[in-house]
Amino acid sequence: MAVTKTEPINSSSNKPSSSSVSMKSDLMSALSLKSLKLKTKQQELLIRVSILCLVYVLAFITRLFSVLRYESMIHEFDPYFNYRTTLFLTEKGFYEFWNWFDSESWYPLGRIIGGTLYPGLMVTAAIMYWGLRFLRFAVHIREVCVLTAPFFASNTTLVAYFFGKEIWDTGAGLVAAVLIAICPGYISRSVAGSYDNEGVAIFALLLTFYLFVKAVNTGSLAWGLGSALGYFYMVSAWGGYVFIINLIPLYVLVLLITGRYSMRLYVAYNSMYVLGMLLAMQIRFVGFQHVQSGEHMAAMGVFFLMQGFYFLGWVKHLLGDKKKFEALLRIIVTCAVGVGAIALGVGTASGYISPWTGRFYSLLDPTYAKDHIPIIASVSEHQPTAWSSFMFDFHILLFLFPAGLYFCFKRLSDATIFIVMYGLTSMYFAGVMVRLILVATPAVCLISAIAVSATIKNLTTLLRTKSKVSQTGSTKGASGGKGSSKALPDQSQPFQRNGAIALLFGAFYLLSRYAIHCTWVTSEAYSSPSIVLAARGAHGNRVIFDDYREAYYWLRQNTPADAKVMSWWDYGYQITAMGNRTVIVDNNTWNNTHIATVGRAMSSYEDEAYEIMRSLDVNYVLVVFGGVTGYSSDDINKFLWMVRIGGGVFPVIKEPDYLVNGEYRVDKGAAPKMLNCLMYKLSYYRFGELVTEYGKPPGYDRARGVEIGNKDIKLEHLEEAFTTSNWIVRIYKVKPPNNRW
Amino acid sequence: MTISNSIHVSSMSLLPSPCRKNTQSRGLGSFQDYMARSTAMKAAGLILALLIFTFFSLAASSSNNQIQILNAERRIDLSSHIVKVFLTLKVENVGTSPASEIFLAFPPSHADQLALVKAQAAIGKKKKKSYVHLDVNPTQLPDAPNGTKYFSISLLNPLSSGETATLEVLYILTHSLEPFPAEISQLESQLVYFRDSALILSPYHIKQQTTFIKTPSTKVESFTRLEPTKFAGRELKYGPYEDRPPYSFSPVIVHLENNSPFAVVEELLREVEISHWGNLQITEHYKLVHAGARHKGVFSRVDYQSRASVKGASSFKHLLASLPPRVHSVYYRDEIGNISSSHLRTDYRKSELEIEPRYPLFGGWKATFVIGYGLPLEDFLFESPDGKRYLNFSFGCPLAQTVVNKLTIKVVLPEGSKDPSAAVPYPVEQRLETKYSYLDVVGRTVLVLEKKNVVPEHITPFQVYYTFKPIFMLAEPLMLASVYFLFFMACVAYLQIDISIRK
Repeated sequence: MAVTKTEPINSSSNKPSSSSVSMKSDLMSALSLKSLKLKTKQQELLIRVSILCLVYVLAFITRLFSVLRYESMIHEFDPYFNYRTTLFLTEKGFYEFWNWFDSESWYPLGRIIGGTLYPGLMVTAAIMYWGLRFLRFAVHIREVCVLTAPFFASNTTLVAYFFGKEIWDTGAGLVAAVLIAICPGYISRSVAGSYDNEGVAIFALLLTFYLFVKAVNTGSLAWGLGSALGYFYMVSAWGGYVFIINLIPLYVLVLLITGRYSMRLYVAYNSMYVLGMLLAMQIRFVGFQHVQSGEHMAAMGVFFLMQGFYFLGWVKHLLGDKKKFEALLRIIVTCAVGVGAIALGVGTASGYISPWTGRFYSLLDPTYAKDHIPIIASVSEHQPTAWSSFMFDFHILLFLFPAGLYFCFKRLSDATIFIVMYGLTSMYFAGVMVRLILVATPAVCLISAIAVSATIKNLTTLLRTKSKVSQTGSTKGASGGKGSSKALPDQSQPFQRNGAIALLFGAFYLLSRYAIHCTWVTSEAYSSPSIVLAARGAHGNRVIFDDYREAYYWLRQNTPADAKVMSWWDYGYQITAMGNRTVIVDNNTWNNTHIATVGRAMSSYEDEAYEIMRSLDVNYVLVVFGGVTGYSSDDINKFLWMVRIGGGVFPVIKEPDYLVNGEYRVDKGAAPKMLNCLMYKLSYYRFGELVTEYGKPPGYDRARGVEIGNKDIKLEHLEEAFTTSNWIVRIYKVKPPNNRW
Repeated sequence: MTISNSIHVSSMSLLPSPCRKNTQSRGLGSFQDYMARSTAMKAAGLILALLIFTFFSLAASSSNNQIQILNAERRIDLSSHIVKVFLTLKVENVGTSPASEIFLAFPPSHADQLALVKAQAAIGKKKKKSYVHLDVNPTQLPDAPNGTKYFSISLLNPLSSGETATLEVLYILTHSLEPFPAEISQLESQLVYFRDSALILSPYHIKQQTTFIKTPSTKVESFTRLEPTKFAGRELKYGPYEDRPPYSFSPVIVHLENNSPFAVVEELLREVEISHWGNLQITEHYKLVHAGARHKGVFSRVDYQSRASVKGASSFKHLLASLPPRVHSVYYRDEIGNISSSHLRTDYRKSELEIEPRYPLFGGWKATFVIGYGLPLEDFLFESPDGKRYLNFSFGCPLAQTVVNKLTIKVVLPEGSKDPSAAVPYPVEQRLETKYSYLDVVGRTVLVLEKKNVVPEHITPFQVYYTFKPIFMLAEPLMLASVYFLFFMACVAYLQIDISIRK
């Protein structure tokens, strides 16, 4: 009934609309005819702008997996600190933020937040928040923080486009924008919720490089100033600015040596360095490091070298006599080197110039940290990179990268030299530390984009042109780039055309594989917040372990406001941000002794640990335990690092005491000290009564797959205050001392 | 009538205690007539008013003697932490003049705990019994002993001499169960004191009275005896007591086990945002606390996991919020993110949201959270005959079995609405605020209603009236459209105009 009724209405309503559609289509065809008359250049512009817009949107939405799958939340560890400080900034204003002494962390030392952080990220988010508020968008600061990284990733694609355009052509720029939009190496640090310095820093890094190359290419003071500002933003955002301040002098040096010195370079480098340095000094955390720290001396040396070079050129011009000049040169070079060496020596000896920091050393020598600084070596993202993770993060870019280098060397210019140097140095650093893959990603994308763009361009010109003779050079180049040149040497045109078509399809196939791989990696590997753990249940349903927040919220609500919580430093930021309680150590790791004290407490017997905890005023101890759920990154698995770091400062703690024949175990065969240390006791307290898995004895640790060795744990000075529903976080209360009478 | 009454009452407190007794019933009658007829009384001179108040108070105090209660039955329900008392009074007018009010007396200790007093009168004979709701107002009597608090029930028809009437009164006490011991461990169950009088406090003579106390379990540690007293099953019976004079009082303490969830919302902020585009957005901020005996010492997950009902008896975990039907986009979160333990059941009559805080609540433990949901506007927004719009929404806390210490309801009216006024069945504090939300220029008017000590029985509809011109609905879309338009115009202008200084 209803159907018969609606039908005539529909048909009647369709008629006028269809006629209007036809009218419209007439109009459209007229328009499109008109638009067809657009000049090729305008058409290209239109296509380019629309591609860029699509890439901009794509870069944003591909980072939203975690928001859709979980919720709009801050991820991991460091972002919680950034979120907390941003919250403080938006609530209290900039001056309060700048002068903030945080008594909630590093108890009883505290931390001067304003002087020990890179404020770029927080200020960026706060400005965006204030701007949106001013436009009456009633957003929460959390939403702004969560979406900051994707937003800046989108901006990075634009910069990549312009950079690619600057070093090669617009085609390479477009390809670079697409590649970097979805490259897993970058996505790993810029998914929604990953509110970390790197999120904006990669944008700033690429922007600085782009503006600098632009300045070198044009010799314009304006671009030089632009790159100085970009550098300032980078310095305010991330400690990785050291890479810029070392790479650019290196690049200038290479240009000098290869005889590419020019007035453009002089203007670009000097304006960038002087202004950038002065601006960077305004960041309190960086301060006078540009003139005092060994890591920044290369830039200064190159700065003086450039002045000398210019001066020499001037003198040479004045003298005109070659012999005189050579004699003068010898004197001047000797003097300059002598003065420089003396200055450096005196500066270092007097402590005015600080020596290189451990982190810097560990970059130059990958084994340095392992031997000397266990706290750096203990962080998983500071480990040397495995091949598989290169493949995981770059996929086909790993093969396109050398091809791109080939193209760069074929068409050598100031700009391509820069990108080659950036690519090679950053690839080296990426090999040293997992987290530095991030820095290499833009270079890899740009260089690969050159390879892709040049290859495709060559192949398509081959398809289009009739003449075969003029194309051989470029096809060879293309085939060299692709690394499969068997189809091409044949000179007959149809075969060559077919080969080109086949190669083009191959390239598209590879690129589509890349897109699929990137999406898969993003959704599977890089989009979990790590605060909330998800697992598949027995019936394929999704099980959520929200234990971290359960525990932190319990701390926030049910402990005294001035309670001090001791935990391993990994959880410090989260406890202060979500639990709003004072912690002894946190992820800032600026004071190794303090961390070692906590490590010592965790690895001592209970009564010794109690003394340490009393001296630190600890009220609660928090441990993370995965024995019930099989969660493997828990404190027992991190425990050896606590022993090592603790033992590094307090020789009482010896690593072999916790091992049996060099083996780390928690079952019956474990070392007696291991079975009775505080960490073991707190993790396994009353765990022996629990049956975790059907068919296994009580006290079966699912994370390590063994039955625990000490089931009868008695606590004397601590009591269980709270354990989360899946036992992942356990909180103990430190009892006050017994009455003496 | 009631309005003028309450004016009397409130002004009376300012007067010095007037002389009492030696009154004549004629004076009362004439006074009543006078009040019924004249509304010009409000405008009368001060002296006249004083005179009338004196008369009134004399009349009131004298009315104590002309009413007596033939039979009083009180049933106190202690099964949850909200104490409900059902009082059935059979009153008789033994005086000579008709009585229009019956007074209820409460000891001062109950005054702050009293959340609600409701009364109804039974009309008709046994078979065709029906109940009529009666007005109850707080009042004061001049001769109140020891700070006794009074409520007056206004009868529908004045009770003439010799007549009897049956009144049913329900009053609700909150925070009246005192945990003892005040701190318990996880394995103990919660014991509480309940303090009251075995005899009903009343300004009238009571001929016969009985009090029943219903306990949540059979476990009662101790109770005060006042013979005849009987404890059987889950019921403690005091009485019957015969012929007790006015203001008889005999304190009793019952020490009993009560493991029902002592869920108290310290502060509840409900924000109701009206959008004339068809949505009603509700955001509710809760500060929940377990108000029972404080938890002390260890919380053991092993024990709790193995037998939560025994080893954690005093704790609670589940909360049930009943929401209106057709609710959509429900969320449940707190300051640090979403809380994944909640279930929503909807049908065409009502929606039930079952929520669990992040952790079980033991005595003294707190949890704050936010519940938000959207509702179709047509179910709640109507147009009154005089052209005003009004929102008809339920007052009170949607969580079952909870006490709200302080309830704040903010009704955010759409931008451009005027003359807000609220009609709430209870006395509430009202004020106006301004809120800026998405794309607001002048801000939205917010009507704030505040009430203390709210129990589930307070859930009744209230109305907020306001005037609104539909043209304001278009303001924000037009604003957005014009901004886009300007943006594109600016782009076009930029592309068309050559602003370079080089030629």
